Amino acid sequence: MAAFLVKRLLQAVFVVIAVTLTVAFAIRLTGDPALMLTQGAGSVTEADLVKIREGLGLNEPFLVQYFNFLKGIVTLDFGKSFLGGTPVSLLIGKALPATLSLAFTSLIVSIVISIPLGIKAATARGKWADQMIRILSLVGLSFPNFWLATMLVLLFAIALPLLPPSGMDGFASFILPAVTMGIILTATNVRLVRTTMLETLRSQYIMVARAKGLSENVVLYKHALRNCAIPLITFFGLQFGGLLGGIVVVERVFNWPGLGTLAFDAVGARDYPVLQAVITVLSLMIIGINLVVDIAYGLVDPRIRTE
Amino acid sequence: MASSRSASSNFLKLEFVLGALLVGVIGLAVLFSGVIFPGGADKIDLMSRLVPPFARPAHLFGTDPLGRDVLARVVAGGKISLLVGFASVAGGVTVGVVMGLIAGYYRGIWDMLVMRFADIQLALPFILLAITFIAIVGGGLANTIILLIVSQWVQYARLVRGSVLTLREREFILSARAIGVKDWRIILQHLLPNLIGPVIVLMTLNVATNILLESSLTFLGLGIDPTIPSWGGMLAEGRTYLQTAWWVSVFPGLAILLTVLGLNLLGDWLRDSLDPTGRTSA
Repeated sequence: MAAFLVKRLLQAVFVVIAVTLTVAFAIRLTGDPALMLTQGAGSVTEADLVKIREGLGLNEPFLVQYFNFLKGIVTLDFGKSFLGGTPVSLLIGKALPATLSLAFTSLIVSIVISIPLGIKAATARGKWADQMIRILSLVGLSFPNFWLATMLVLLFAIALPLLPPSGMDGFASFILPAVTMGIILTATNVRLVRTTMLETLRSQYIMVARAKGLSENVVLYKHALRNCAIPLITFFGLQFGGLLGGIVVVERVFNWPGLGTLAFDAVGARDYPVLQAVITVLSLMIIGINLVVDIAYGLVDPRIRTE
Repeated sequence: MASSRSASSNFLKLEFVLGALLVGVIGLAVLFSGVIFPGGADKIDLMSRLVPPFARPAHLFGTDPLGRDVLARVVAGGKISLLVGFASVAGGVTVGVVMGLIAGYYRGIWDMLVMRFADIQLALPFILLAITFIAIVGGGLANTIILLIVSQWVQYARLVRGSVLTLREREFILSARAIGVKDWRIILQHLLPNLIGPVIVLMTLNVATNILLESSLTFLGLGIDPTIPSWGGMLAEGRTYLQTAWWVSVFPGLAILLTVLGLNLLGDWLRDSLDPTGRTSA
C-alpha cells in the first residue's frame, strides 16, 4: 500500500508541475502584458513600459517567474486583475462557490434520475424497457449542453414564465442549469449504474437474499445498491473533470457568476492573471479529486494497487 | 435465451437503420446544399424578415432578422460541422495510432512519455485547453481542427497501446518475431488488423463528440468565424432574439442533435456488432 501511495502521489505531483508549467508558459506566449495594459492609454513611452514590466515581475527569468507563480498558488496570491486591479484571489473566491454549488446540485439531480433508471434497465435486461432507456441515454449524450440550456430557458422561462432565465439568486435559479447538466450527466450514469448492477445481481448473496423471500425492492435497493456504491462513487468522482468543463459552458447561457463566466470575460479582456488562475484552480481541483478517488479505491480494493 | 438474443439483434438492426438514416439524409443534404438551395445561405431579403416557420413554402423553417432562410443556413452550416468532425478525427487517429503502436511495441521511454502526456491531458478539461490555445493562436477553422487533434490523439494512443501490450505476448506475434519478421511488418500486418475494430468504434463516437465540441466553441465565440454559417454560430446569433424568434435557435440545435445522435447510434451498433461477448451490455 505504501508503495502504491508513493507512486500515485509522485504521479500527481508530476502532473501538477506539468500543468502549471504549461499554463505559465502558454500565457507568456500570448504577448506582452505591458503593451496590453497600456492599450488606448494615449502617449506611452518605452520607459513606462519598462516600469510596468518591472512592476509585474516580467523582467525576471522565466523560471523565477514560474517559481513566483507556484509560490502564489500556495499562498493563494494570484496577483491582480488587469481590469481594475482587484486581487485575483478575491474574484476566484467569489466565483468558485457558484461553480461548485452548481456542480454539486447537477450531480445530485443526475444520481436521483440515473439510479432508478439504471436499476430498471438492469432488471429488464434485453427487454423493451432496457432498450428504451438505452436509446434515451444516447439521445442525452447527443445534446449540445448549451442548446439544451437554451431550450429549457425557452420553455420554462419564456413560454411559461415559471423560472428565472439567468443569474444566481435563490433556489429557483438553480433548477434550469442543474437540470441541464443533470440530464447530460444522466446519459452516461444510467449506463454505469446498469453495468455495475448487472454484475452485482449475478453474485451469490443476491441469490441468497432472493431465496430468503425478501421483496424485490429490498433486494435491489438495500442489498444490491449498497454493493454497487463503491464503483459508482468512483465513476461519479472521475466524472468531475468533465462536469466542470460542461458547467463552464452552461454558465455562459445562464449568466452564472462562476469560474466559466470569469474565464470567458478574462479571454475577452485579455486579463491574463485571471485566466491563468482560473485554469490553474480548476486543473488542481480535478487532479486532487482523481488522486483522492484513486487512493480511496486502492484502499477498498487491493487489486488496484498492483496495477 | 434464444428469444432475448433475437430481440437484441432486432434492436441492433434498429440502431443501425436509424443511425444510417439520420447520418445519410443529413450528409446528403449538406453535400448537395448548393443544388437544393441555389439562392445560397447568405441571401439577405429585408422584405421577409422573421417569417415564422411553416408559414410560407419558400421558407419552411422561417427566416432570421435579416430575412435569410433558416433552412438554407442550417444545411450550409452543416458543411463546417461535418468538415471539422471528420478532419479532426482523421488527424487524431493518424497521430494517435502511430504513437500508440510505438509506445506499446517498443515500450521504454516512448511508452513513458505517451502515458505521462495522457495523464496531463486527462487533468485538463477540453474547454480550458481550448480557451488557452485560442487565446494564444486565435480561432478559425484550421485552428479548431488542430485543437481537436491535439486534445484527442491521446485517446487513440492509449487504446492502441493497451491492445498492443496484450497482443505482443500472443503466440502468432512471438512466432513472427522468432522467424525474424521485421518490426514494421509485424506492426502493419499482424498488430494493426487485430486492433482496428475498437479504433473504428472510437472514431465514430469522436466524430460525434467533435461536432458537439466545435459547436460549443463557435457558440462561445472561440471557434469558427461568425460570418461563415455554422450551427454553433447560428445558435449564438439566435440567442439574442430568443424571445421574439424561437425558430432561429431551435433548428440549428436540432440539426446538431440529430447528426450527433445518428453517429452515436452507429457507434453503439458498431461496438456491439464487433464484440459479440458484450452484446446488449453497456
